[in-house]
Amino acid sequence: MSTLPPRPLAAPHRAAPASGGAAPADAGWLGGLRRGAAQAAPPAALLAALVLLWEWGVRALDVPFYILPAPSRIAGLLVSDQATLLAQAAVTLEEVLLGFAIAFVVGIVLALLIFSSRTVERAIYPLVIASQTIPVFAIAPLLVVWFGYGLLSKIAMAALIVFFPIVVNTVDGLRAADPDAVNLLRILGATPLQILLKIRVPAALPFVFSGTRIAVATSVIGAVIGEWVGATRGLGFLMIHANAQLHIDLVFAAIVYLSAMALVLFGAVSAIEWLALPWRRAGDR
Amino acid sequence: MRAPPRFRGRRFLLRGALPMAAVLEIRGLVKRFRRDGGWLDVLEDVSLTVGRREFVALLGPSGCGKSTLCNIVAGLIPADAGALRLEGTPIDTVARGRVAYMQQKDLLLPWRTVIDNAILGMEIQGVARAPARARAREMLRRFGLEGFERAYPALLSGGMRQRVALVRTLLCDRHLLVLDEPFGALDAMTRRAMQGYLLRLREEFGRTVLFVTHDVEEAVLLADRIYVLSARPGRVRAEVAIDLPRPRQPTGDAVVSTKARLLDVLEAELAEARA
Ligand SMILES: Nc1ncnc2c1ncn2[C@@H]1O[C@H](COP(=O)(O)OP(=O)(O)OP(=O)(O)O)[C@@H](O)[C@H]1O
Ligand SMILES: [Mg+2]
Repeated sequence: MSTLPPRPLAAPHRAAPASGGAAPADAGWLGGLRRGAAQAAPPAALLAALVLLWEWGVRALDVPFYILPAPSRIAGLLVSDQATLLAQAAVTLEEVLLGFAIAFVVGIVLALLIFSSRTVERAIYPLVIASQTIPVFAIAPLLVVWFGYGLLSKIAMAALIVFFPIVVNTVDGLRAADPDAVNLLRILGATPLQILLKIRVPAALPFVFSGTRIAVATSVIGAVIGEWVGATRGLGFLMIHANAQLHIDLVFAAIVYLSAMALVLFGAVSAIEWLALPWRRAGDR
Repeated sequence: MRAPPRFRGRRFLLRGALPMAAVLEIRGLVKRFRRDGGWLDVLEDVSLTVGRREFVALLGPSGCGKSTLCNIVAGLIPADAGALRLEGTPIDTVARGRVAYMQQKDLLLPWRTVIDNAILGMEIQGVARAPARARAREMLRRFGLEGFERAYPALLSGGMRQRVALVRTLLCDRHLLVLDEPFGALDAMTRRAMQGYLLRLREEFGRTVLFVTHDVEEAVLLADRIYVLSARPGRVRAEVAIDLPRPRQPTGDAVVSTKARLLDVLEAELAEARA
Protein backbone atom coordinates (compact mmCIF):
# COMPACT_ATOMS: atom_id res chain seq x y z
CA MET A 1 0.00 0.00 0.00
CA SER A 2 1.19 3.48 -0.69
CA THR A 3 1.75 5.95 2.08
CA LEU A 4 -1.24 7.64 3.57
CA PRO A 5 -1.54 11.23 4.68
CA PRO A 6 -0.93 11.49 8.41
CA ARG A 7 -3.74 10.26 10.57
CA PRO A 8 -4.74 13.75 11.85
CA LEU A 9 -6.68 14.00 8.62
CA ALA A 10 -9.08 11.62 10.24
CA ALA A 11 -12.01 13.73 11.17
CA PRO A 12 -12.00 15.60 14.48
CA HIS A 13 -15.27 14.18 15.67
CA ARG A 14 -15.87 12.34 18.84
CA ALA A 15 -14.97 8.84 17.83
CA ALA A 16 -16.70 6.27 19.94
CA PRO A 17 -14.54 3.41 21.22
CA ALA A 18 -13.62 1.27 18.28
CA SER A 19 -14.20 -2.07 19.93
CA GLY A 20 -16.73 -4.37 18.38
CA GLY A 21 -18.89 -1.74 16.74
CA ALA A 22 -22.50 -1.00 17.44
CA ALA A 23 -23.95 -2.46 20.54
CA PRO A 24 -23.12 -0.89 23.86
CA ALA A 25 -23.95 -3.13 26.82
CA ASP A 26 -27.28 -1.46 27.53
CA ALA A 27 -28.63 -1.95 24.02
CA GLY A 28 -28.60 -5.76 24.37
CA TRP A 29 -31.69 -7.78 25.11
CA LEU A 30 -31.14 -7.45 28.84
CA GLY A 31 -31.13 -3.70 28.58
CA GLY A 32 -34.24 -3.88 26.45
CA LEU A 33 -35.90 -6.04 29.06
CA ARG A 34 -34.95 -3.62 31.81
CA ARG A 35 -36.35 -0.71 29.84
CA GLY A 36 -39.49 -2.72 29.08
CA ALA A 37 -39.98 -3.43 32.78
CA ALA A 38 -39.51 0.22 33.63
CA GLN A 39 -42.14 1.11 31.05
CA ALA A 40 -44.60 -1.50 32.29
CA ALA A 41 -44.37 -0.47 35.95
CA PRO A 42 -46.65 2.61 35.96
CA PRO A 43 -49.59 1.07 34.05
CA ALA A 44 -49.28 -2.11 36.13
CA ALA A 45 -49.46 -0.06 39.33
CA LEU A 46 -52.52 1.82 38.08
CA LEU A 47 -54.21 -1.41 37.06
CA ALA A 48 -53.54 -2.92 40.49
CA ALA A 49 -55.05 0.16 42.16
CA LEU A 50 -58.19 -0.07 40.02
CA VAL A 51 -58.61 -3.77 40.80
CA LEU A 52 -58.28 -3.03 44.52
CA LEU A 53 -60.86 -0.26 44.23
CA TRP A 54 -63.19 -2.64 42.41
CA GLU A 55 -62.76 -5.31 45.07
CA TRP A 56 -63.42 -2.82 47.82
CA GLY A 57 -66.43 -1.31 46.03
CA VAL A 58 -68.09 -4.67 45.41
CA ARG A 59 -67.65 -5.67 49.05
CA ALA A 60 -68.67 -2.30 50.50
CA LEU A 61 -71.80 -1.98 48.37
CA ASP A 62 -72.57 -5.67 48.58
CA VAL A 63 -73.04 -6.05 44.81
CA PRO A 64 -74.35 -9.53 43.92
CA PHE A 65 -71.90 -11.64 41.93
CA TYR A 66 -74.34 -12.08 39.02
CA ILE A 67 -74.20 -8.31 38.46
CA LEU A 68 -70.56 -7.61 39.11
CA PRO A 69 -68.30 -10.28 40.63
CA ALA A 70 -65.38 -9.22 42.82
CA PRO A 71 -61.90 -9.66 41.34
CA SER A 72 -61.10 -12.22 44.02
CA ARG A 73 -64.05 -14.34 42.90
CA ILE A 74 -62.95 -14.11 39.25
CA ALA A 75 -59.44 -15.07 40.31
CA GLY A 76 -60.80 -18.07 42.12
CA LEU A 77 -62.67 -19.14 39.02
CA LEU A 78 -59.56 -18.73 36.90
CA VAL A 79 -58.00 -21.42 39.07
CA SER A 80 -60.96 -23.76 39.60
CA ASP A 81 -62.19 -23.69 35.98
CA GLN A 82 -58.74 -23.57 34.47
CA ALA A 83 -59.20 -26.73 32.41
CA THR A 84 -62.39 -25.53 30.71
CA LEU A 85 -61.03 -22.05 30.11
CA LEU A 86 -57.78 -23.34 28.63
CA ALA A 87 -59.59 -25.76 26.33
CA GLN A 88 -61.88 -23.03 25.02
CA ALA A 89 -58.99 -20.59 24.73
CA ALA A 90 -57.09 -23.08 22.60
CA VAL A 91 -60.03 -23.16 20.18
CA THR A 92 -60.17 -19.39 19.95
CA LEU A 93 -56.41 -19.10 19.61
CA GLU A 94 -56.44 -21.52 16.71
CA GLU A 95 -59.07 -19.41 14.93
CA VAL A 96 -57.12 -16.25 15.62
CA LEU A 97 -53.81 -17.60 14.38
CA LEU A 98 -55.21 -19.19 11.25
CA GLY A 99 -57.29 -16.11 10.40
CA PHE A 100 -54.31 -13.89 11.03
CA ALA A 101 -51.95 -16.01 8.95
CA ILE A 102 -54.29 -16.10 5.96
CA ALA A 103 -55.01 -12.37 6.08
CA PHE A 104 -51.32 -11.59 6.52
CA VAL A 105 -50.21 -13.52 3.46
CA VAL A 106 -53.09 -12.30 1.29
CA GLY A 107 -52.67 -8.75 2.61
CA ILE A 108 -48.94 -8.60 1.85
CA VAL A 109 -49.42 -10.01 -1.65
CA LEU A 110 -52.24 -7.58 -2.34
CA ALA A 111 -50.18 -4.67 -1.02
CA LEU A 112 -47.33 -5.62 -3.36
CA LEU A 113 -49.78 -5.76 -6.28
CA ILE A 114 -51.32 -2.41 -5.36
CA PHE A 115 -47.86 -0.92 -5.07
CA SER A 116 -46.49 -2.26 -8.31
CA SER A 117 -49.45 -1.70 -10.62
CA ARG A 118 -51.35 1.53 -11.12
CA THR A 119 -54.26 -0.37 -12.60
CA VAL A 120 -54.56 -2.71 -9.64
CA GLU A 121 -54.25 0.24 -7.30
CA ARG A 122 -57.02 2.18 -9.03
CA ALA A 123 -59.32 -0.83 -9.15
CA ILE A 124 -58.74 -2.46 -5.78
CA TYR A 125 -57.47 0.08 -3.29
CA PRO A 126 -60.69 2.14 -3.07
CA LEU A 127 -62.64 -1.08 -2.54
CA VAL A 128 -60.29 -2.20 0.23
CA ILE A 129 -60.78 1.12 1.99
CA ALA A 130 -64.54 1.18 1.37
CA SER A 131 -64.83 -2.34 2.79
CA GLN A 132 -63.98 -0.83 6.16
CA THR A 133 -67.31 0.94 6.25
CA ILE A 134 -69.12 -2.40 6.51
CA PRO A 135 -69.67 -3.14 10.21
CA VAL A 136 -68.15 -6.47 11.09
CA PHE A 137 -71.18 -7.41 13.16
CA ALA A 138 -73.39 -7.03 10.12
CA ILE A 139 -71.61 -9.70 8.12
CA ALA A 140 -70.87 -12.07 10.99
CA PRO A 141 -74.24 -13.89 10.65
CA LEU A 142 -73.68 -14.16 6.90
CA LEU A 143 -70.30 -15.76 7.43
CA VAL A 144 -71.91 -18.33 9.69
CA VAL A 145 -74.48 -19.05 6.99
CA TRP A 146 -71.78 -19.40 4.36
CA PHE A 147 -69.07 -21.16 6.33
CA GLY A 148 -71.05 -22.96 9.01
CA TYR A 149 -70.81 -23.14 12.79
CA GLY A 150 -67.33 -24.55 12.77
CA LEU A 151 -63.84 -23.17 12.62
CA LEU A 152 -64.11 -21.69 9.15
CA SER A 153 -66.53 -18.82 9.81
CA LYS A 154 -64.38 -17.61 12.75
CA ILE A 155 -61.21 -17.80 10.71
CA ALA A 156 -62.92 -15.73 8.02
CA MET A 157 -64.05 -13.22 10.62
CA ALA A 158 -60.61 -12.81 12.14
CA ALA A 159 -59.04 -12.59 8.69
CA LEU A 160 -61.45 -9.86 7.58
CA ILE A 161 -60.50 -7.71 10.55
CA VAL A 162 -56.77 -8.28 10.19
CA PHE A 163 -56.68 -7.71 6.47
CA PHE A 164 -57.15 -3.95 6.40
CA PRO A 165 -54.35 -2.73 8.69
CA ILE A 166 -51.92 -5.12 6.99
CA VAL A 167 -52.70 -3.94 3.47
CA VAL A 168 -52.80 -0.23 4.26
CA ASN A 169 -49.64 -0.22 6.35
CA THR A 170 -47.70 -2.31 3.85
CA VAL A 171 -48.69 -0.09 0.95
CA ASP A 172 -47.68 3.00 2.94
CA GLY A 173 -44.40 1.33 3.87
CA LEU A 174 -43.54 0.38 0.31
CA ARG A 175 -44.09 3.99 -0.67
CA ALA A 176 -42.02 5.30 2.21
CA ALA A 177 -38.59 4.53 0.77
CA ASP A 178 -36.41 7.60 0.22
CA PRO A 179 -36.70 8.38 -3.51
CA ASP A 180 -33.06 9.50 -3.52
CA ALA A 181 -31.99 6.12 -2.15
CA VAL A 182 -34.05 4.46 -4.88
CA ASN A 183 -32.30 6.63 -7.45
CA LEU A 184 -28.95 5.70 -5.96
CA LEU A 185 -29.69 2.06 -6.68
CA ARG A 186 -30.87 2.92 -10.18
CA ILE A 187 -27.62 4.73 -10.83
CA LEU A 188 -25.73 1.70 -9.58
CA GLY A 189 -27.57 -0.25 -12.25
CA ALA A 190 -29.94 -2.16 -9.98
CA THR A 191 -32.86 -4.13 -11.44
CA PRO A 192 -36.41 -3.37 -10.28
CA LEU A 193 -36.34 -6.56 -8.23
CA GLN A 194 -33.12 -5.49 -6.51
CA ILE A 195 -34.66 -2.11 -5.75
CA LEU A 196 -37.68 -3.84 -4.25
CA LEU A 197 -35.66 -6.24 -2.12
CA LYS A 198 -32.85 -3.94 -1.05
CA ILE A 199 -34.74 -0.69 -0.50
CA ARG A 200 -38.52 -0.95 -0.62
CA VAL A 201 -39.01 -4.02 1.54
CA PRO A 202 -36.58 -3.04 4.32
CA ALA A 203 -38.07 0.46 4.37
CA ALA A 204 -41.57 -1.03 4.59
CA LEU A 205 -40.84 -3.43 7.45
CA PRO A 206 -41.41 -0.99 10.33
CA PHE A 207 -44.79 -0.12 8.79
CA VAL A 208 -45.67 -3.78 8.32
CA PHE A 209 -44.83 -4.44 11.95
CA SER A 210 -46.98 -1.63 13.29
CA GLY A 211 -49.84 -2.84 11.10
CA THR A 212 -49.29 -6.35 12.33
CA ARG A 213 -49.28 -5.33 15.98
CA ILE A 214 -52.70 -3.71 15.58
CA ALA A 215 -53.96 -6.56 13.44
CA VAL A 216 -52.96 -9.34 15.78
CA ALA A 217 -54.71 -7.76 18.75
CA THR A 218 -57.91 -7.03 16.83
CA SER A 219 -57.98 -10.49 15.28
CA VAL A 220 -58.97 -11.75 18.74
CA ILE A 221 -62.03 -9.50 18.55
CA GLY A 222 -62.87 -10.94 15.14
CA ALA A 223 -62.77 -14.52 16.33
CA VAL A 224 -64.90 -13.75 19.41
CA ILE A 225 -67.55 -11.96 17.36
CA GLY A 226 -67.65 -14.98 15.12
CA GLU A 227 -68.16 -17.20 18.13
CA TRP A 228 -70.91 -15.00 19.56
CA VAL A 229 -72.93 -15.21 16.40
CA GLY A 230 -72.80 -18.94 16.03
CA ALA A 231 -70.44 -21.48 17.53
CA THR A 232 -70.25 -24.57 19.66
CA ARG A 233 -66.82 -23.96 21.13
CA GLY A 234 -64.39 -21.20 22.03
CA LEU A 235 -64.14 -18.42 24.61
CA GLY A 236 -66.78 -16.33 22.82
CA PHE A 237 -69.18 -19.25 22.92
CA LEU A 238 -68.35 -19.76 26.59
CA MET A 239 -69.14 -16.09 27.32
CA ILE A 240 -72.54 -16.18 25.61
CA HIS A 241 -73.40 -19.41 27.34
CA ALA A 242 -72.30 -18.19 30.78
CA ASN A 243 -74.03 -14.84 30.30
CA ALA A 244 -77.34 -16.53 29.59
CA GLN A 245 -77.03 -18.46 32.86
CA LEU A 246 -75.97 -15.37 34.81
CA HIS A 247 -72.53 -16.84 35.37
CA ILE A 248 -71.11 -13.35 35.16
CA ASP A 249 -67.91 -14.39 36.91
CA LEU A 250 -67.24 -16.90 34.13
CA VAL A 251 -67.84 -14.15 31.57
CA PHE A 252 -65.19 -12.09 33.29
CA ALA A 253 -62.80 -15.02 33.45
CA ALA A 254 -63.17 -15.43 29.68
CA ILE A 255 -62.51 -11.72 29.22
CA VAL A 256 -59.32 -12.06 31.26
CA TYR A 257 -58.21 -14.88 28.97
CA LEU A 258 -59.02 -12.92 25.84
CA SER A 259 -57.13 -9.84 27.03
CA ALA A 260 -54.17 -11.97 27.98
CA MET A 261 -54.24 -13.61 24.57
CA ALA A 262 -54.28 -10.27 22.76
CA LEU A 263 -51.49 -8.96 25.00
CA VAL A 264 -49.29 -11.99 24.45
CA LEU A 265 -49.80 -11.82 20.68
CA PHE A 266 -49.05 -8.10 20.71
CA GLY A 267 -45.94 -8.74 22.77
CA ALA A 268 -44.84 -11.55 20.48
CA VAL A 269 -45.05 -9.31 17.43
CA SER A 270 -43.14 -6.58 19.27
CA ALA A 271 -40.46 -9.08 20.24
CA ILE A 272 -40.11 -10.32 16.67
CA GLU A 273 -39.85 -6.73 15.52
CA TRP A 274 -37.18 -6.03 18.11
CA LEU A 275 -35.17 -8.99 16.90
CA ALA A 276 -35.76 -8.46 13.19
CA LEU A 277 -35.03 -4.73 13.05
CA PRO A 278 -31.88 -4.23 15.13
CA TRP A 279 -31.14 -1.01 13.25
CA ARG A 280 -34.26 0.58 14.71
CA ARG A 281 -32.70 0.45 18.16
CA ALA A 282 -29.31 1.75 17.01
CA GLY A 283 -30.27 5.38 17.28
CA ASP A 284 -32.24 5.52 20.49
CA ARG A 285 -30.21 5.68 23.64
CA MET B 1 -44.45 29.80 -25.58
CA ARG B 2 -42.52 28.11 -28.35
CA ALA B 3 -42.13 24.40 -28.11
CA PRO B 4 -38.56 23.39 -27.38
CA PRO B 5 -36.54 21.71 -30.08
CA ARG B 6 -36.99 17.99 -29.58
CA PHE B 7 -33.86 16.52 -30.99
CA ARG B 8 -31.60 13.84 -29.62
CA GLY B 9 -28.09 15.03 -29.14
CA ARG B 10 -25.75 12.18 -29.86
CA ARG B 11 -25.72 12.72 -33.59
CA PHE B 12 -23.98 16.01 -33.16
CA LEU B 13 -20.76 14.57 -31.86
CA LEU B 14 -17.95 14.76 -34.35
CA ARG B 15 -15.91 11.63 -34.10
CA GLY B 16 -12.31 12.20 -33.17
CA ALA B 17 -12.85 15.83 -32.35
CA LEU B 18 -11.72 15.30 -28.77
CA PRO B 19 -8.48 14.12 -27.23
CA MET B 20 -8.39 10.36 -26.82
CA ALA B 21 -7.58 10.56 -23.12
CA ALA B 22 -10.93 12.06 -22.18
CA VAL B 23 -12.99 9.90 -19.83
CA LEU B 24 -15.99 12.18 -20.03
CA GLU B 25 -16.83 14.42 -22.96
CA ILE B 26 -19.83 16.70 -22.96
CA ARG B 27 -20.66 18.82 -26.00
CA GLY B 28 -23.51 21.28 -26.28
CA LEU B 29 -25.53 19.85 -23.41
CA VAL B 30 -29.02 21.33 -23.12
CA LYS B 31 -31.55 20.55 -20.41
CA ARG B 32 -34.85 22.16 -19.61
CA PHE B 33 -37.61 21.23 -17.23
CA ARG B 34 -41.32 21.78 -17.52
CA ARG B 35 -42.35 24.41 -15.08
CA ASP B 36 -45.81 25.95 -14.67
CA GLY B 37 -46.81 25.20 -18.24
CA GLY B 38 -43.64 26.83 -19.54
CA TRP B 39 -40.06 25.71 -19.71
CA LEU B 40 -37.22 26.33 -17.33
CA ASP B 41 -33.88 26.39 -19.14
CA VAL B 42 -31.39 24.88 -16.77
CA LEU B 43 -28.38 23.98 -18.88
CA GLU B 44 -27.69 25.80 -22.10
CA ASP B 45 -24.90 24.60 -24.33
CA VAL B 46 -22.55 23.23 -21.71
CA SER B 47 -19.37 21.63 -22.99
CA LEU B 48 -16.65 20.16 -20.86
CA THR B 49 -14.22 17.30 -20.69
CA VAL B 50 -12.63 15.34 -17.92
CA GLY B 51 -9.35 13.66 -18.78
CA ARG B 52 -8.07 10.39 -17.38
CA ARG B 53 -7.00 10.70 -13.75
CA GLU B 54 -8.01 14.31 -13.78
CA PHE B 55 -9.73 16.00 -10.86
CA VAL B 56 -12.15 18.51 -12.31
CA ALA B 57 -14.22 20.86 -10.18
CA LEU B 58 -17.49 22.41 -11.23
CA LEU B 59 -18.17 25.72 -9.60
CA GLY B 60 -21.29 27.80 -9.99
CA PRO B 61 -24.04 29.74 -8.28
CA SER B 62 -26.85 27.86 -6.60
CA GLY B 63 -29.52 26.63 -8.98
CA CYS B 64 -27.37 26.87 -12.11
CA GLY B 65 -27.85 23.21 -12.90
CA LYS B 66 -24.81 21.48 -11.40
CA SER B 67 -26.81 18.66 -9.86
CA THR B 68 -28.83 18.36 -13.05
CA LEU B 69 -25.61 17.91 -14.98
CA CYS B 70 -24.45 15.22 -12.55
CA ASN B 71 -27.79 13.44 -12.84
CA ILE B 72 -27.46 13.41 -16.60
CA VAL B 73 -23.90 12.11 -16.46
CA ALA B 74 -25.02 9.39 -14.05
CA GLY B 75 -27.72 8.38 -16.51
CA LEU B 76 -30.52 9.20 -14.13
CA ILE B 77 -32.26 11.68 -16.41
CA PRO B 78 -31.92 12.21 -20.17
CA ALA B 79 -30.41 15.27 -21.81
CA ASP B 80 -32.57 17.30 -24.20
CA ALA B 81 -29.73 17.89 -26.60
CA GLY B 82 -25.98 17.53 -26.77
CA ALA B 83 -23.45 14.77 -26.95
CA LEU B 84 -22.31 12.93 -23.87
CA ARG B 85 -19.68 10.26 -24.01
CA LEU B 86 -18.19 8.21 -21.27
CA GLU B 87 -15.08 6.29 -22.30
CA GLY B 88 -16.15 6.91 -25.88
CA THR B 89 -19.65 5.43 -25.60
CA PRO B 90 -22.79 7.54 -25.40
CA ILE B 91 -24.39 7.95 -22.01
CA ASP B 92 -28.04 7.04 -21.83
CA THR B 93 -30.61 6.33 -19.20
CA VAL B 94 -30.95 2.67 -20.12
CA ALA B 95 -27.45 1.37 -19.48
CA ARG B 96 -26.89 2.86 -16.07
CA GLY B 97 -24.28 1.90 -13.58
CA ARG B 98 -21.29 3.27 -15.45
CA VAL B 99 -20.28 6.06 -13.10
CA ALA B 100 -19.95 6.12 -9.35
CA TYR B 101 -22.07 8.91 -7.97
CA MET B 102 -22.08 10.50 -4.58
CA GLN B 103 -24.46 13.20 -3.46
CA GLN B 104 -24.73 15.70 -0.66
CA LYS B 105 -27.03 13.34 1.21
CA ASP B 106 -25.03 10.31 2.23
CA LEU B 107 -28.01 8.03 1.42
CA LEU B 108 -26.76 5.31 3.73
CA LEU B 109 -29.40 2.66 4.24
CA PRO B 110 -30.29 2.72 7.94
CA TRP B 111 -30.96 -1.02 8.08
CA ARG B 112 -27.51 -1.91 6.82
CA THR B 113 -24.38 -1.86 8.90
CA VAL B 114 -21.47 0.31 7.82
CA ILE B 115 -19.77 -2.52 5.99
CA ASP B 116 -22.94 -3.66 4.25
CA ASN B 117 -23.61 -0.11 3.14
CA ALA B 118 -20.09 0.04 1.77
CA ILE B 119 -20.57 -3.09 -0.36
CA LEU B 120 -23.94 -2.02 -1.81
CA GLY B 121 -22.49 -1.16 -5.23
CA MET B 122 -20.51 -4.39 -5.46
CA GLU B 123 -23.56 -6.37 -4.36
CA ILE B 124 -25.60 -4.90 -7.21
CA GLN B 125 -22.84 -5.86 -9.61
CA GLY B 126 -23.07 -9.41 -8.36
CA VAL B 127 -19.85 -9.63 -6.35
CA ALA B 128 -20.17 -12.32 -3.68
CA ARG B 129 -20.63 -11.06 -0.16
CA ALA B 130 -17.47 -12.46 1.43
CA PRO B 131 -14.90 -11.03 -0.98
CA ALA B 132 -16.87 -7.78 -1.16
CA ARG B 133 -16.75 -7.46 2.62
CA ALA B 134 -13.05 -8.22 2.69
CA ARG B 135 -12.37 -5.40 0.25
CA ALA B 136 -14.68 -3.06 2.09
CA ARG B 137 -13.03 -3.81 5.44
CA GLU B 138 -9.66 -2.81 4.05
CA MET B 139 -11.04 0.36 2.49
CA LEU B 140 -12.92 1.36 5.64
CA ARG B 141 -9.69 0.96 7.58
CA ARG B 142 -7.93 3.33 5.24
CA PHE B 143 -10.64 5.90 5.74
CA GLY B 144 -10.39 5.78 9.50
CA LEU B 145 -13.51 3.69 10.05
CA GLU B 146 -11.89 0.61 11.54
CA GLY B 147 -13.97 -0.80 14.37
CA PHE B 148 -17.19 0.67 13.02
CA GLU B 149 -17.84 -1.99 10.41
CA ARG B 150 -20.77 -3.46 12.27
CA ALA B 151 -22.26 -0.20 13.52
CA TYR B 152 -25.50 1.12 12.10
CA PRO B 153 -25.37 4.52 10.38
CA ALA B 154 -27.57 6.09 13.07
CA LEU B 155 -24.61 5.91 15.46
CA LEU B 156 -22.15 7.74 13.22
CA SER B 157 -21.27 11.41 13.04
CA GLY B 158 -21.88 13.35 9.84
CA GLY B 159 -18.24 13.13 8.77
CA MET B 160 -18.10 9.39 9.34
CA ARG B 161 -21.32 8.83 7.42
CA GLN B 162 -19.95 10.83 4.52
CA ARG B 163 -16.77 8.74 4.56
CA VAL B 164 -18.82 5.55 4.44
CA ALA B 165 -20.65 6.98 1.43
CA LEU B 166 -17.29 7.81 -0.13
CA VAL B 167 -16.03 4.27 0.44
CA ARG B 168 -19.24 2.88 -1.05
CA THR B 169 -18.74 5.11 -4.09
CA LEU B 170 -15.08 4.11 -4.45
CA LEU B 171 -15.84 0.42 -4.18
CA CYS B 172 -18.09 0.65 -7.21
CA ASP B 173 -14.97 0.37 -9.34
CA ARG B 174 -16.00 2.84 -11.97
CA HIS B 175 -13.62 4.95 -13.98
CA LEU B 176 -15.46 8.14 -13.28
CA LEU B 177 -16.48 9.38 -9.87
CA VAL B 178 -19.10 12.09 -9.84
CA LEU B 179 -19.27 13.88 -6.50
CA ASP B 180 -22.06 16.41 -6.09
CA GLU B 181 -21.24 18.63 -3.12
CA PRO B 182 -20.34 15.61 -1.03
CA PHE B 183 -19.37 17.75 1.94
CA GLY B 184 -22.01 20.41 1.56
CA ALA B 185 -23.73 19.41 4.76
CA LEU B 186 -20.60 19.21 6.93
CA ASP B 187 -19.09 21.80 9.24
CA ALA B 188 -15.87 23.54 8.21
CA MET B 189 -13.52 21.41 10.35
CA THR B 190 -14.92 18.08 9.24
CA ARG B 191 -14.91 19.35 5.71
CA ARG B 192 -11.19 20.03 5.76
CA ALA B 193 -10.56 16.53 7.01
CA MET B 194 -12.75 15.11 4.26
CA GLN B 195 -10.85 17.04 1.61
CA GLY B 196 -7.73 15.18 2.70
CA TYR B 197 -9.49 11.89 2.12
CA LEU B 198 -10.73 13.07 -1.22
CA LEU B 199 -7.27 13.95 -2.46
CA ARG B 200 -6.29 10.38 -1.84
CA LEU B 201 -8.83 9.28 -4.42
CA ARG B 202 -6.50 10.72 -6.97
CA GLU B 203 -3.12 10.08 -5.45
CA GLU B 204 -3.74 6.54 -4.28
CA PHE B 205 -6.55 5.18 -6.34
CA GLY B 206 -5.87 6.97 -9.60
CA ARG B 207 -9.52 7.82 -10.07
CA THR B 208 -10.97 10.37 -12.42
CA VAL B 209 -13.18 12.79 -10.54
CA LEU B 210 -15.84 15.32 -11.45
CA PHE B 211 -16.48 17.30 -8.33
CA VAL B 212 -19.23 19.85 -7.73
CA THR B 213 -18.79 22.45 -5.05
CA HIS B 214 -20.00 25.85 -3.93
CA ASP B 215 -16.77 26.50 -2.18
CA VAL B 216 -14.12 28.33 -4.20
CA GLU B 217 -11.34 27.48 -1.80
CA GLU B 218 -12.24 23.81 -1.85
CA ALA B 219 -12.10 23.84 -5.63
CA VAL B 220 -8.70 25.52 -5.70
CA LEU B 221 -7.24 23.18 -3.10
CA LEU B 222 -8.40 20.03 -4.79
CA ALA B 223 -8.79 20.46 -8.52
CA ASP B 224 -6.54 20.18 -11.55
CA ARG B 225 -9.03 22.17 -13.53
CA ILE B 226 -12.09 24.22 -12.66
CA TYR B 227 -15.11 25.01 -14.78
CA VAL B 228 -17.09 28.01 -13.65
CA LEU B 229 -20.73 27.88 -14.67
CA SER B 230 -22.92 30.92 -15.14
CA ALA B 231 -26.13 31.54 -13.24
CA ARG B 232 -29.14 29.69 -14.67
CA PRO B 233 -29.30 28.83 -17.47
CA GLY B 234 -25.90 27.29 -16.85
CA ARG B 235 -23.16 27.79 -19.41
CA VAL B 236 -19.43 27.42 -19.02
CA ARG B 237 -18.27 30.87 -18.04
CA ALA B 238 -14.61 30.13 -17.45
CA GLU B 239 -12.19 27.25 -17.47
CA VAL B 240 -9.23 27.58 -15.15
CA ALA B 241 -6.30 25.18 -14.91
CA ILE B 242 -4.74 25.02 -11.46
CA ASP B 243 -1.12 24.06 -11.95
CA LEU B 244 -0.08 24.22 -8.34
CA PRO B 245 1.92 21.57 -6.51
CA ARG B 246 0.26 19.58 -3.77
CA PRO B 247 -0.34 19.59 -0.91
CA ARG B 248 -1.76 23.06 -1.29
CA GLN B 249 -2.14 25.29 1.71
CA PRO B 250 -5.23 27.52 1.94
CA THR B 251 -2.94 30.41 2.91
CA GLY B 252 -0.40 29.89 0.11
CA ASP B 253 0.10 32.91 -2.17
CA ALA B 254 -0.78 31.11 -5.37
CA VAL B 255 -3.88 29.59 -3.83
CA VAL B 256 -5.02 32.93 -2.48
CA SER B 257 -4.53 34.73 -5.78
CA THR B 258 -6.25 31.98 -7.77
CA LYS B 259 -9.11 32.11 -5.33
CA ALA B 260 -9.38 35.88 -5.78
CA ARG B 261 -9.43 35.48 -9.53
CA LEU B 262 -12.19 32.90 -9.40
CA LEU B 263 -14.19 34.98 -6.97
CA ASP B 264 -13.96 37.88 -9.41
CA VAL B 265 -15.36 35.73 -12.19
CA LEU B 266 -18.19 34.50 -9.97
CA GLU B 267 -18.85 38.01 -8.69
CA ALA B 268 -19.08 39.36 -12.26
CA GLU B 269 -21.34 36.46 -13.15
CA LEU B 270 -23.69 37.16 -10.29
CA ALA B 271 -23.74 40.89 -11.03
CA GLU B 272 -24.60 40.15 -14.63
CA ALA B 273 -27.33 37.76 -13.58
CA ARG B 274 -28.80 40.40 -11.31
CA ALA B 275 -28.71 43.09 -14.00
N1 LIG C 1 -36.85 17.36 -11.96
C1 LIG C 1 -36.94 18.70 -12.03
N2 LIG C 1 -38.07 19.29 -12.47
C2 LIG C 1 -38.17 20.62 -12.55
N3 LIG C 1 -37.19 21.47 -12.21
C3 LIG C 1 -36.03 20.96 -11.76
C4 LIG C 1 -35.84 19.54 -11.64
N4 LIG C 1 -34.61 19.32 -11.15
C5 LIG C 1 -34.05 20.53 -10.98
N5 LIG C 1 -34.90 21.53 -11.35
C6 LIG C 1 -34.62 22.96 -11.34
O1 LIG C 1 -33.46 23.17 -12.08
C7 LIG C 1 -32.66 24.17 -11.51
C8 LIG C 1 -31.27 23.66 -11.30
O2 LIG C 1 -31.28 22.69 -10.29
P1 LIG C 1 -29.96 21.97 -9.79
O3 LIG C 1 -30.34 21.15 -8.62
O4 LIG C 1 -29.31 21.29 -10.92
O5 LIG C 1 -29.05 23.21 -9.34
P2 LIG C 1 -27.65 23.20 -8.59
O6 LIG C 1 -26.72 23.98 -9.42
O7 LIG C 1 -27.27 21.83 -8.23
O8 LIG C 1 -28.00 24.03 -7.30
P3 LIG C 1 -27.36 23.91 -5.84
O9 LIG C 1 -26.02 24.52 -5.96
O10 LIG C 1 -28.28 24.72 -5.00
O11 LIG C 1 -27.32 22.47 -5.49
C9 LIG C 1 -33.35 24.59 -10.24
O12 LIG C 1 -34.04 25.79 -10.48
C10 LIG C 1 -34.31 23.47 -9.96
O13 LIG C 1 -35.46 23.95 -9.33
MG1 LIG D 1 -27.03 20.76 -6.38
